[in-house]
Amino acid sequence: MTSSHNLADAADEGSVRLREDNAEIEQVQVRIAEALERRDYAPAAVFAIRLSIEEAVMNGFQHGNRADPNKMVEVRWSIDQARANFHILDEGEGFDPSAVPDPTLDENLEIPSGRGLMLIRAYMTDARYHDPGNHLEMSFRKPVAP
Amino acid sequence: MSTEASRIRVTDLQGVMRVEFVDRDILDEAAIRQISSELVRRVDAAASPLMLISFRGVEHLSSAALGALITVNSLAKKRGGQLRLSDIKPSILEVFVITKLNKLFHISDTAERALEGFGRK
Repeated sequence: MTSSHNLADAADEGSVRLREDNAEIEQVQVRIAEALERRDYAPAAVFAIRLSIEEAVMNGFQHGNRADPNKMVEVRWSIDQARANFHILDEGEGFDPSAVPDPTLDENLEIPSGRGLMLIRAYMTDARYHDPGNHLEMSFRKPVAP
Repeated sequence: MSTEASRIRVTDLQGVMRVEFVDRDILDEAAIRQISSELVRRVDAAASPLMLISFRGVEHLSSAALGALITVNSLAKKRGGQLRLSDIKPSILEVFVITKLNKLFHISDTAERALEGFGRK
């Protein structure tokens, strides 16, 4: 039997293909949150990662797949003691992330959409889209304890 | 007076609609659409709507929920009313700060403080 210490040392890796189904999305969020907590990621880090995954997955369904119920979003993850890496892939045609208007400009503050990507960039250590823009790779590096 | 709405509780507080959420997490798109349409309906039904949304008990909030709040805020202003927010826990307040929506919304620590001067421009 693997001890809990060894279990926490090993990377937790997984991959799921999701339909736009809240229960399925919640299930993967819980699985990832538990893997993070086992590796002593702080509650603020778990919050940040959970929010980023939520935003990335919903962007994949809504903007990538254009809400096509026949299309799926894939989530892959690898979580170890130092770093959590994620790939979110949709089945859409992709987009140009640089074309998304800055929602923090005064003239855009009252536009009700377009904040998901900026939240991901704010909360994650690194986030970038691979061409053609339907594959987001993002990672969170656990802060080193003083 | 409470409503039968499943996702929010609304109380009339001396002319101010105080809204609280039933759910801890406001992430699900369908739930957010439902909340948004309930809030819009209530703001639309009042002459000069005064609405206070309390986030007491809310743990997670997505950008789609922020979008719903922006829509309600715009409508309240258009109808000569006001929207105020209160009881936002620090992790969620950070979401408002990152998106600079703390500049758009009137945010108070507590519902009591938010109610002070409500309705006076």
